[in-house]
Amino acid sequence: MKNFSAKSALLAAALAGSVSLSAVPVMAQDDTIKVGILHSLSGTMAISETTLKDTMLFLIEQQNAKGGVMGKMLEPVVVDIASDWPLAAELARQLIEVDEVDAVFGCWTSVCRKSVLPVFEELNSLLFYPVQYEGEESQRNVFYTGASPNQQAIPAVDYLMNEEGVERWVLAGTDYVYPQTTNKILEQYLLDKGVAAEDIMINYTPFGHSDWQTIVSDIVAFGSEGKKTAVVSTINGDANVPFYRELGNQGVAAEDIPVVAFSVGEEELSGFDTTPLVGHLAAWNYFMSVDTPENEQFIADWQAFIGSEDRVTNDPMEAHLIGFNLWVKAVEAAGTTDADAVIDAIVGLETPNLTGGMATMLPNHHITKPVLIGEIQDDGQFFVVWETEDLVPGDAWSDFLPESAMLEADWTAPINCGNYNTETESCGSAM
Amino acid sequence: MLILRALRLVLLALPFLLLPSNAIRAQDAATDIPAAIQAMGEANLRELEQIVADLAATGSDTVVPVLTALGDGNLYLEETSGAVLIERGSTYLEPLSGEAVELGADADLSKIRVNNGLRRDIAAALAGMTLMSDSPARRLTAAQGFLANPDPANIPLLDEAIAAETDANVLKAMQAARAVTILGDDEQSVADRKAAVPLVASGAGRNALTILNSALNGAPEELAPTIQSAIAGLEQERAIWGALQNVWFGLSLGSVLLLAAIGLAITFGVMGVINMAHGEMVMLGAYTTFIVQLVIRQNFPGLLDYSLLIALPCAFLVTGAIGVGIERGIIRWLYGRPLETLLATWGLSLILQQTVRSIFGPTNQMVIAPTWMSGSTEFFGLSITYGRFWIVIFAIIVFLLLLMVLNRTALGLQMRAVTQNRRMASAMGIRTPFVDAMTFGLGSGIAGLAGVALTQIDNISPNLGQNYIIDSFMVVVFGGVGNLWGTLVGALTLGVANKFLEPYAGAVLGKILILVLIILFIQRRPRGLFALKGRAVEQ
Repeated sequence: MKNFSAKSALLAAALAGSVSLSAVPVMAQDDTIKVGILHSLSGTMAISETTLKDTMLFLIEQQNAKGGVMGKMLEPVVVDIASDWPLAAELARQLIEVDEVDAVFGCWTSVCRKSVLPVFEELNSLLFYPVQYEGEESQRNVFYTGASPNQQAIPAVDYLMNEEGVERWVLAGTDYVYPQTTNKILEQYLLDKGVAAEDIMINYTPFGHSDWQTIVSDIVAFGSEGKKTAVVSTINGDANVPFYRELGNQGVAAEDIPVVAFSVGEEELSGFDTTPLVGHLAAWNYFMSVDTPENEQFIADWQAFIGSEDRVTNDPMEAHLIGFNLWVKAVEAAGTTDADAVIDAIVGLETPNLTGGMATMLPNHHITKPVLIGEIQDDGQFFVVWETEDLVPGDAWSDFLPESAMLEADWTAPINCGNYNTETESCGSAM
Repeated sequence: MLILRALRLVLLALPFLLLPSNAIRAQDAATDIPAAIQAMGEANLRELEQIVADLAATGSDTVVPVLTALGDGNLYLEETSGAVLIERGSTYLEPLSGEAVELGADADLSKIRVNNGLRRDIAAALAGMTLMSDSPARRLTAAQGFLANPDPANIPLLDEAIAAETDANVLKAMQAARAVTILGDDEQSVADRKAAVPLVASGAGRNALTILNSALNGAPEELAPTIQSAIAGLEQERAIWGALQNVWFGLSLGSVLLLAAIGLAITFGVMGVINMAHGEMVMLGAYTTFIVQLVIRQNFPGLLDYSLLIALPCAFLVTGAIGVGIERGIIRWLYGRPLETLLATWGLSLILQQTVRSIFGPTNQMVIAPTWMSGSTEFFGLSITYGRFWIVIFAIIVFLLLLMVLNRTALGLQMRAVTQNRRMASAMGIRTPFVDAMTFGLGSGIAGLAGVALTQIDNISPNLGQNYIIDSFMVVVFGGVGNLWGTLVGALTLGVANKFLEPYAGAVLGKILILVLIILFIQRRPRGLFALKGRAVEQ
């Protein structure tokens, strides 16, 4: 922000425009491998997804500088799903059928993933999905490089319970599938841990909710029963800024009622003054502040690519990096971009993540990740206060919900199915 | 005198002597303070905890600045020399002497970070050290620190402080802290603890319920009824204030709706133009505020607190000018064709959104709240946040100004004339195209003003306007098209109704219910709350 001027902003905008324009292929070339990028560049989700589009262009440019894949250059094909989920399914079909891409990286919300799933299944293509999600799903054509609940929500609750001594829980979320399912898992987990039902308050708000006065004062009232209280927030997108502002204004300090968020990262925090939020928490698998040589290199390369030292990195960007590198490795191992060959080759491959560990693709198409808990600092970054000692393997079907506890996903022979029932020893869920 | 001082030091150190982790270290009173501070630079969280405990155990006044700085996040490590420094404004101070340090050109500062647990420890340690400070503000903070971290070992210290205290406010806080400590101490007599209950109930502010509730868990039988009745009293009080609080929340939500809708009341209500790009005017007002603040921050940092006031005329002029441009360029060709106007302005709103997204990027922009708009105050049982308070005041001022423009100025007279009977007004010599442009510009300019206010409660993103366009139309239609008073009453009614439904129905269902109620209401009274009467309506 320091050297900002209207001129440079315009210039940057013009540049960004030309980047995305040049990304659209003018003519089909036979000697390239095409990679589809399926993100919202307009509408409500543009705030988060535009960066992921740029991340993919950045990764592809880097790979091409290294000589491409199997001697062929990679060619990005960018489409804008405009935060419109039926359109996402149409564009996914267009990418696979018309543009003939070999793999697609994209989607942010679960509703986007759910609407494009049938397309990938029908046309047998590959989707790499980079965002933390609610689990309860494993599909042969999809690779989930974001966190499943056991890689984010459950460890965060454990941290609050053990380190902060929290006994009373507010589960606040936006009203759609990810928060609803995550909160269902968390509620069951807390009840299993012996938390009384009256010590759990669940609250849902619409997308883009901006008037948080009543809810914050309810949280304060709920927290005044003499037990340590914390808020587990699955509030998504734009609604977070007014929520945190109201917390700050009503004087809810992190020392009294900490808020742990699953959808608030560096990118979201770059939109406001974080001084009143110092000490509130977020659980992710990557923070920009993680001090490793890999991360330092990644940040430097990214900022050089995007042309701004103010741009931050975040968890879904790392997920795209891991997914992309795994895909490249799988293609090279299989010697072809054919979907079936890549699906067989990718399981068991590993690539370094940015926090100093290895990300391995598991048979259930999830990956291994470390879990980090960070406290918000006044510079919009996170300070890691806790992390898991080992990498946590992603679990597709939650072990804490009775209807999915006996399900496992395994896309290798001989099981080869996404919802293998360990009790009946057959495919197909009990639901 | 010297003996008294020594005694005080011992008393200060007392709480920390009793903490097992420090007990041994505190005895060898020679904790090397400079060395300990030095070690903070490279310490991890666990080591830092130990250092803070050691420093606190020295009881020395000299460590107060360094602990305060650590807790506030103002303590830095200079990586090249390894020195630990306190940041104050743009200067860096040596932690013990407080002298400013000249930084070399190769200085590499990194903040020494703390977590919630450590911040709590520091607050507790500082409370003990600053309870006897000369500044009443510091003593007050210290007393509040004791209240938040009650420890029976502090009672003698508090007794001494209470005896010496002269400031009434601080005294009250200290007595409350003492009462809280006694109430929470099982070893005090039941009579003492009983006596402490009313002091806690009256003195501990909104934490009182928390404290009483936790004291109730495991309270002896003789004590429990006293605590229960105190809790019942507090809860009854809270129920009464809770209703008033809801009214306040409703008024503040209503004033936001009023601000967003009042510009629309002019363009839609008075002119009859369905302007779907109204929300984007609000958004542009917010972005103008962002730019104004950016310029001020870079060139005139001293004016930062007034940046919103400076942004007001700027936002009004910018969005007003854009509004005039829209009217001249698009809308004037479409008068009398509402469907086309709707589609054209809808398209325009998408263009404006994407333009802003291309120029400023899709992420939120930051507008810092001026100091006079952050924080909250307790007004009897109500907690009122300053930001919301000023927005309510601002909404009222904008409303009154607009009313004056419409009813007391020549332009207002012409506007009303043109909207009521265009041909007659034209025949009287009024330049109707000019008046149209001015009216639309006024409506857009007021939307820009709303944008300035919304920077304080919402995201500044290209989508900002979309969140308000539906609500704005709802308010105008509900209040009665063409009537400013209707907009005022409509906005406040919707705000208060929303806030009373929310606790029972939840935010999602509450919004749906409001929508259903409005549909039913419009069925009964198609012209809204305050219907215009007269011949103009018949057209």
